[in-house]
Order: sequence, then structure tokens, then C-alpha cells
Amino acid sequence: MSCWDVVADYGLRSIGIGERLLPRDDFTLCKQVVLIGSGMIWNVYFGILALGAGFFLATALAVGKASKVTALRKLSEWFIFVFRGSPLFIQFFFAYFLFLALKSVSPLFDPFSAAWLGALIVLFFNTAAYSGEIFYGALLSVPKGDIEAAGAYGFSGWPRFRRIVWPTMLRLAWPAYTNEAIFLFHATTLVFFSGFPAWQQRGDALYYASYFADKTFNPFVAYPILAGYFILLTLVVIAVFGAINRHLNRHLPQEHRAGVRYRPNLVR
Amino acid sequence: MNKILFGTAALAMSASMALAQDVVRLGTEGAYPPYNFINDAGEVDGFERALGDELCSRAELTCEWVTNDWDSIIPNLVSGNYDAIIAGMSITPEREEVVAFTQNYTPPSPSAYAATTDGIDLDTAVIAAQTGTIQSAHVATMEGATLVEYPSPDETVAAMKSGEADAVLSDKDYLIPVVEESGGAVMFVGDDVPLGGGIGMAFRQSDPELREKFDAAIQSMKDDGTLNAMIVEYLGEDSPKF
Amino acid sequence: MCYLTTGKHMAFYGSFGTVLLLLAITAPVALAFGFGGAMAARSRVAPLRWLGKAYIAVVRGVPDIAFFLFFVIALDQLFEWLRHQAKCPDWDAAIRQGNDFVVCPAAKLPLSSSPQIWHEAYGFSLAVLTFAIVFGAFAANVLFGAMKAVPRAQLETAEAYGMSHRQTFWRILVPQMWVYALPGLSNLWMVLIKATPLLFLLGIEDIVYWARELGGSKTPRFTDYPHGDWRVYYFGALLVFYLCFTRVSEIVLGRVMKRLTHGQATMGGEAQRKAA
Repeated sequence: MSCWDVVADYGLRSIGIGERLLPRDDFTLCKQVVLIGSGMIWNVYFGILALGAGFFLATALAVGKASKVTALRKLSEWFIFVFRGSPLFIQFFFAYFLFLALKSVSPLFDPFSAAWLGALIVLFFNTAAYSGEIFYGALLSVPKGDIEAAGAYGFSGWPRFRRIVWPTMLRLAWPAYTNEAIFLFHATTLVFFSGFPAWQQRGDALYYASYFADKTFNPFVAYPILAGYFILLTLVVIAVFGAINRHLNRHLPQEHRAGVRYRPNLVR
Repeated sequence: MNKILFGTAALAMSASMALAQDVVRLGTEGAYPPYNFINDAGEVDGFERALGDELCSRAELTCEWVTNDWDSIIPNLVSGNYDAIIAGMSITPEREEVVAFTQNYTPPSPSAYAATTDGIDLDTAVIAAQTGTIQSAHVATMEGATLVEYPSPDETVAAMKSGEADAVLSDKDYLIPVVEESGGAVMFVGDDVPLGGGIGMAFRQSDPELREKFDAAIQSMKDDGTLNAMIVEYLGEDSPKF
Repeated sequence: MCYLTTGKHMAFYGSFGTVLLLLAITAPVALAFGFGGAMAARSRVAPLRWLGKAYIAVVRGVPDIAFFLFFVIALDQLFEWLRHQAKCPDWDAAIRQGNDFVVCPAAKLPLSSSPQIWHEAYGFSLAVLTFAIVFGAFAANVLFGAMKAVPRAQLETAEAYGMSHRQTFWRILVPQMWVYALPGLSNLWMVLIKATPLLFLLGIEDIVYWARELGGSKTPRFTDYPHGDWRVYYFGALLVFYLCFTRVSEIVLGRVMKRLTHGQATMGGEAQRKAA
């Protein structure tokens, strides 16, 4: 069996397409690389959707935390505190428990106890809290002069936020936000590891890596493959976020442009 | 890897032992009653605790109990962090390629399904099993059934009780207390499934002398009937005997 | 003797101490690794610089959990192999026998005749080392950034006063970099706290291990205190513990930051000066 056959059989195994049974003997390097790579589909899925949705909630949380309305401020502060102050591991446990309980209330909640939705919601809240804190910090550092200048040009309320404050906030927050994105992708490995059950052996990259480590009784092949995939993914994230960063800073004189520095400012 | 001590086995120090005998470290999981579990006092307890202590005293060895996570229990054995596994481990051909088993100390005992109602069609049901066990491998091969995997045996039973899964497939000996203590809420369904070739102790393949000693001790317990008595005491009357 | 004082619960309470002790030891060790990594990454010797940068990039590009799953065994085998080379040069049997890893008895770590406490201590130090290697890479990155953030003028002035490269580094750069490093390092501390639930992967029986063990449903056959699935209560206790711990850390680190910024030529220091 050539390696291409393996790709055809197992390339999409993690979403239930292809061979039904996982490899049971003859664990070649090719099989391990393909199947673990197939699992990466889930890591990318969780990462992209949680980041995309979390971005908007994070903006709302940052504005909420800076708000003068006490109720809004307290709500945002508590949300951020609870999700930043506790391990993701424990958040997954409670979410799964809660979703199971809700299930008995109404069949509407049925999909929530499955990883594709339940874990996504936890990751979404989690990244929103972390990014919200980053955005809040950036919001406070928006130069006073910018806002005064906006006022002089007749901007106020929503247009001022949309056109002046928000872009500046993003520009300031971007390096730290890049790190948050990287760590969110890393955090997706916890989904099947601690929180949610794997159905029909459809799992993420770590699930398959531990499957192979378990079958071959040798952890020194499967986990380094997993590590290799994540280094690649990290490089891609840095490239994409770097491009966005250049876009955000395109109006600044060359020497003032801050590169995306991969620094763990706010990580989990 | 795991170095937490739960209790030192009965010391079989005969006066004639001139040589300072090295301590034999026995690795177990501590989460699989009635075979092995952590009792209220925080010590390893259960069938395998009693069996292991008896084997050590017959082989005139000093033994120590160590617990280790199931997932890494074999890598840590071959890496030399303890000397034997005694953790309800079924003898399978795949495992025999990596470790050396003694003869089995329980006869091949079946796996069984448990569920909350008996009207379940196992061919199309959602069946829970522990990740990386012979049971999960078995459900994976069943055409119409849906496998759902949990990291610990405890969670598989919890999933069946909460309705996440229709049934749970596990060692029958593990499920017997679950069914009996549930007061009728949980019952066995379908036929028992014969999986695995009985449970044995696992050793490094490079360590044949130690394996021989325990193998001989198991044989002597089989011969004088103490092993059967122990099976009845810990695993129940219904469990298969030698 | 009641439910909450069983030996198992005592072990659970004790594991909080284990976690705190591990954090207390890991933090300085990781900082040392970070300092070494940052120094290597800005070294003028090219191979050392590549090594430092590779360490930072690779370890940070990989989820910590992936390291935890195989690092402890790898480190253990590495140490035993090194000892084997040193202590048993005459040993002729292969170390790798099929799947087995066999070193001479004198090279075992700890010696198989040593008391259990040494096995525990060894396992604990391997866990500390694994944590320190992983979080050291993050610390290295923070310190590397902090060293770059110290105004160049400060270093140029030092050189103008005739300080050597080494003197400039130790007397000017290192004392000044902490204020730039502290925000990053305090975040790292928070991350470290929140990574402790993964300790059970390293073979430490930590609070999550015991919460799971105690919370799982128990039948009367195996315990005097049978109960249903109580994991939610035990995990609830852990949640409270972590929230309190991170909150206290935040407050303490905030105070330290205030102290450090005092009199510094940064925005924070300027604000303090104006407020006074």
C-alpha cells in the first residue's frame, strides 16, 4: 500500500470520510503522519471559528469594561475574570456537565454536548475573555490627542468609535492578539483530551497521536509528529497576522511600524 | 514516571535471605475496581493488591506498589520505572510484542454490555467504552454501532447513566458491582462478548528471571486453590474460576 | 473519622501543597532557563545564538501538552543513559533491547534499592524540570524583548564611561530590564498556575487527579462512604482555588509593578511622579 492510498483512506478520517477502522497493525510513519494530519482539521476548525467569533465578543467586552455604566462594567469584568482566572481544563469539565444537564431540559440543547459545538462555545468564551483584556488595555492606551482630533473633525459617538478609536485599539493590541491566536490553537488540543468524548474515533491531532502512542507503546514518534504540525500551524498564524498587522499600520511612517513580535503578553 | 507510594507490600523477609534483595516495584492503575482501586485510606486495594502481596511473599520478594496512568503504563515499564504491571491487563498479541506476560491469573473473562433499559438494539446503539481498551477496539469493528470513547472507565458508566450513550461495554467483572449496587436502574443487556485471553502480569522482555519467579508463584496458587478462593472473595461467585 | 478526613482526602489536601511547592520551585528554575535562553539568543557567537533562538521558537510553537506526554520518559532515559556511560564503561549488553531500555543497575535513577521517598523526589524533580524547560522558553522570549526595550542611550552612556561589554550587561542592562519584563513575566506566572492541571500527565498525583478519584461515583462494596457522581463539587472546589490564587497573584504582582516603576523613565513612572 503506497502512501497515497493511505492519504485517500485516512486523509479525512477525522470527519468520518474514508476507511472506517483505524489502522490496527503495521503502524508506518506514513499512516501516523496522515492520520495525525487529518486530526489537525479539528484543531484548525476550532481555532478559526472561535477566533472569528471571539473577536467581536472581545471588542464588546473591552468596551464594556471601559464603560461608565456600572452593570455593564461589572458584567464584563466578571466574565473576563472567571475565564482568565481558571484553567481551560476545568472550564471544559463544567461546560460538558452543564450541557448534559441542559439536554434533559429540552432537545434543543442536544448538539451542545458534542465537541463540534460545545467545545467551540467554551473556546469562544475563553478567547473572548483573553482578547477582551488585551483590547481593554489597548483601548486605555489610545492617545488622547487622537480622540480630541476626532472631535475637532466633528466625529462623535458610534462613527468616532468605528473610524478612530477601534482601528487604533486594534493596531495597539495586534502583537499581543497574535500571541493569543497562537495559544488558542494550542488550547484546541485539550478538547478531546479532557473535555469532550470522541465519537466514532473522530478526534483531533492529539487524539490520533495518543492512539498511535498507545498502539505502538512508543511515545517518541507520534508526539514529535504532532509537534511538527503545530510548529507549521504557528508559522502560518504568524504570517497571516503579520500581513494584517502591516495592513493596520500602513499609514504610519516606516520607522514607527511595529512588527508583530511573538511575545506572550496575555496567554493562557 | 509515577512514584507515589500507596503502601508497602507484606514484607517477606526470611532470615535466610543473606543477599539484600532489591525491591520489586509493582505498577498498577488504581482506578479499576474490583481489580485495583484506591481505598478510603488512600492505599492501593482490591483483588490485585491481595494477589500481588501473596505472590511476593511466595516468591520471597519485597514489593512496593506504584500507581501510574493507564495510557503510559507500558512505556513506563519498558523504560524501567517499575518492574511489573499488575493492573487488570488482558493478555493480547499486540501487547505480547512489547512486554512479557506471566500465565494468566484470571481465566478469560467476558466483557459485557450494561444499559439502563433492556430494549436496546446493540447493533445500532451508541456504545461507550474507555479509550485504548480492547472493548473500544471491539466496538470500532461493529458495523452499525456508534462508538463513543471516554478517558476513564468511570466516565463510560456515567455517560450510560446520563443517556449520552445507550450502553457501555466493559469487563464484566468491572460492571458486576455497578449493576448490583444500582438497585435495578442498570442491567446487563445482550450476550457477553469473549475478549482477551485472561489477565496476566506484564514484565520487561529483558527481565525473564523475575517473570519466572512470579509465574511459578501464580502456578503454586493455582495448584493449592488459593487463587480460586481469592477470585471468589474479590470478583464474586459468578466470575470464572480455574 | 468522617468522610472529609479519610486518608484519601488527606492526600487530596496534601496535593494542594504539592502543587504550590512545585510552582514555588519551578518559577525560579524556569526564570533561570529563560535568562540562559535570552542570553544565548542575543549572543555574538552565531551557533549559540541559533541554539537560543531555536529553543525559544520550537518550544513555544508546540502545545505544552504535547511535550508533557513524552518529555518525562525522554528526560529519565537521557539521565540514565548519561549515568550508564559514566558508571558502567564495561557493560557490554545493549541498552536498547527491542522495546526495553536497560541500563546497568548502578545507573538506575534512583537506584532500585533506594527508599520510595527518593523515587517520589526524582519524579517530582523531573516534573519541575519539564515545566521549567517549557516555561523557560516563554520566559526567555519575555526577557529577550525586555533586554531590547532598555533604551540604547543607557547602554551607549555606559560604554562611553568605559565599561566593558560584560560590565554594561550586568550593571546596566540587567538591573533595568526587569521593569520591562515584569508584565510579561506576571502573565507567565498566571499561565504557569493554569497549567498545573496537566501535572497528572507528568506522573504527579495533583489536585485534579484526586478530585477525579474522589468525585467519581463509589459503590458501597469498595468504600464506607458510597456516593454518586460528585465530581462537580470537587471540581467546583478547584475552580474556587484557582480563581482565588490568580486573584491574589494579580494583586501582589500589581504592587510589585508599582514598586518597580517608581522612579523609572517610563510612562508608568512619569504618572507616579505627577500623582505624587
